[in-house]
Amino acid sequence: MTAKPRVGLFVTCLVDLVRPQVGFAAVKLLEQAGCQVEVPAAQTCCGQPAWNAGADAHAVDIARQTIAAFEGFDHVVVPSGSCGGMIKRHYPEVFEKDEAWLARARALAAKTHELMSFLVKVRGMSGVTAQFAKTVCVHDSCSSLREMGVKAEPRALLGSVSGLTIDELKDQQTCCGFGGLFSVKYPEISERMADDKIADALSTKATVLTGGDLGCLLHLKGRMARQGKALEVRHAAEILADMGGEPALGEP
Amino acid sequence: MNLDPRNFQQAAREALNDPLLRPALGRMKTHFGAGRAAAVARYGDFEALREAGKAIRDYAVTHLDELLTQFERSVVARGGTVHWARDAAEARDLILGILRDAGAKTVTKGKSMVTEEIALNPFLEANGIVPVETDLGEYIVQLRHEPPSHIIAPAFHLSKEQVAETFFASHTDLDPKRSLVERNALVQEARAVLRRSFESADAGITGANFLSAKEGAAVIVTNEGNGDLTRLLPKMHIVVTGIEKVVADMNDVAVLLRLLPRSATGQPISTYVSVMAGRRGADESDGPQAFHVVLVDNGRSKLIGTEAQDVLRCIRCSACINHCPIYGAIGGHAYGATYMGPIGAALNPGVMGVENAAHHANASTFCGRCAEVCPVKIPLPRIMRHWRAVEHSKGLAPRSITAGLGVWAFAAKRPGLYRLGASVMAWFLRMMGRRGTVHALPVMQGWFAVRDFPVPQGRTFQAQWKARRQNAAERIGLEGGNSRSRQQR
Repeated sequence: MTAKPRVGLFVTCLVDLVRPQVGFAAVKLLEQAGCQVEVPAAQTCCGQPAWNAGADAHAVDIARQTIAAFEGFDHVVVPSGSCGGMIKRHYPEVFEKDEAWLARARALAAKTHELMSFLVKVRGMSGVTAQFAKTVCVHDSCSSLREMGVKAEPRALLGSVSGLTIDELKDQQTCCGFGGLFSVKYPEISERMADDKIADALSTKATVLTGGDLGCLLHLKGRMARQGKALEVRHAAEILADMGGEPALGEP
Repeated sequence: MNLDPRNFQQAAREALNDPLLRPALGRMKTHFGAGRAAAVARYGDFEALREAGKAIRDYAVTHLDELLTQFERSVVARGGTVHWARDAAEARDLILGILRDAGAKTVTKGKSMVTEEIALNPFLEANGIVPVETDLGEYIVQLRHEPPSHIIAPAFHLSKEQVAETFFASHTDLDPKRSLVERNALVQEARAVLRRSFESADAGITGANFLSAKEGAAVIVTNEGNGDLTRLLPKMHIVVTGIEKVVADMNDVAVLLRLLPRSATGQPISTYVSVMAGRRGADESDGPQAFHVVLVDNGRSKLIGTEAQDVLRCIRCSACINHCPIYGAIGGHAYGATYMGPIGAALNPGVMGVENAAHHANASTFCGRCAEVCPVKIPLPRIMRHWRAVEHSKGLAPRSITAGLGVWAFAAKRPGLYRLGASVMAWFLRMMGRRGTVHALPVMQGWFAVRDFPVPQGRTFQAQWKARRQNAAERIGLEGGNSRSRQQR
């Protein structure tokens, strides 16, 4: 029997603060997939807010800290395409002119995965043991789609949940308008993009909006709460880990 | 109408509240997005075509000096003249000089974004020369004294009812009771009016989609045929375009012609492709008697060798604009610049200055759709991010953002402090929450302007994880203790 792969869970700052259950769901799923999961205490945020704002010096420091904390693991798994994309696609850009750190950044990038694609593609998971008797629509974050190439995996896993039906959004390509600091700097544009996405979700038979990125989900739920729209919003990992009975995002 | 890129935020707000703009922008996806998707699917290996296009344009951008001098030699050999303009003012003066030397009073124009960029029309008008736009969309916005809202569909922001109003107001010599309800009636009326301009113009000005160095040819694609009437009927033809449009030869142009219309409108090829090489020959019966090319730099060459160099590969197809959710929300006028959407966001800070066009680079979620559809694979978000870094390093970023980032980054570099801060924040948000969400806070006002914030579930993940690990360790410790005590017994 081969030893269990050691997986470092990059929790993400939003899961840490707002939705710890997603972190525990990720641990549960990874253990079900035969991994030994560790959560390094030396992690904070991936540094994407600094990098996207052009505050490169901050991004460099935070990226170094993350690389040092995670490079010893067999795999790094992130319950977010966005933070995963920062590590996998952008850390090597952060250190483009620093050869020593570039090598370390590339090595980390090569073993960093979005949670659901890791479960399916690396661990060969084809289904989960969970119940969720509701119709859901799936919001693909832009970074999951275009930076991490994740689309089929969440659907494959969600499709195995007992009682769950997927009714897809009509437009699966267009951004929901979150964009990190964009949502704060250009709230009205962000609002219009959210409203278009929410209208799409409400036109499906789904009573639940799910996805793999808490940033998008906080933004969409926050907007729906402001408008009194009653779609349930939760991270896909919660459903897959059979934690769908807990109160959804933004519900008491 | 916003003409200042620094007013982007206010102009964007106004655009979002414009009830006529929304249906127009709604047509964008079906009109261009679906068209491109179908054309790409029909083509086959479009990815290989994109790679070929990228290589052709990369070669051109890195050999501009060679190709442009070769282009000039080829044009001169065909009896034409090439003029070099370092900036917009020089370009305007050159064009005015050419027109004055020929005694020209009226000029027809094919659609040219470079002439928009250098603000040629108002300059010509101020100098007693009447420019008439002949592309239908461009003609409509000229009548309305508006800039184009889109680089290939200048009047995309208008409904046909608005166009009819414009025609009634402008074509006052026509029967005021005529019907302009049908789209075709609008087209026919514009054709009839423009025909008079074509016949009487002293000179024609067009842009160029490509310049072919070897043949000394300028190439344009049009769907209305106005480009050919503009360049062939008057005695003089002036091509005004950017220096970066040159490629090695017509073979390269042929590859780019497969990419351009498919990426732009979803057509396999545009209705017309005009190859314009020199003046009328001795044995030829038509064509202009004089042929001039005005090559405009206007900030382009200074991008070479910088992190923004790839933006010069652009072939102005508008695919990035057509697929941009920001453009889709606010349209083109809010940018206050000739080039809008992702290409504007990557180009404008470089040529207009970061201090003027920083909003263009910032107003993006980095969703990446633009780079995904770009026919020459320009890494648009990456270049926008570069401009943000320039803005940040020059101290031009808004203080509220940099100060907030500074505090956050201070903590993010200190995991112990960060965990404490996150725990306090989780507690605070739970205190502030009502029925699961927080409605307002004195910080992050942009967030709370349009949405609530979901209340954290409980203590932070890290705090709960640590507690679980300790419990587990104690359990193991207890069990260990019990077993020892059992042994003692």
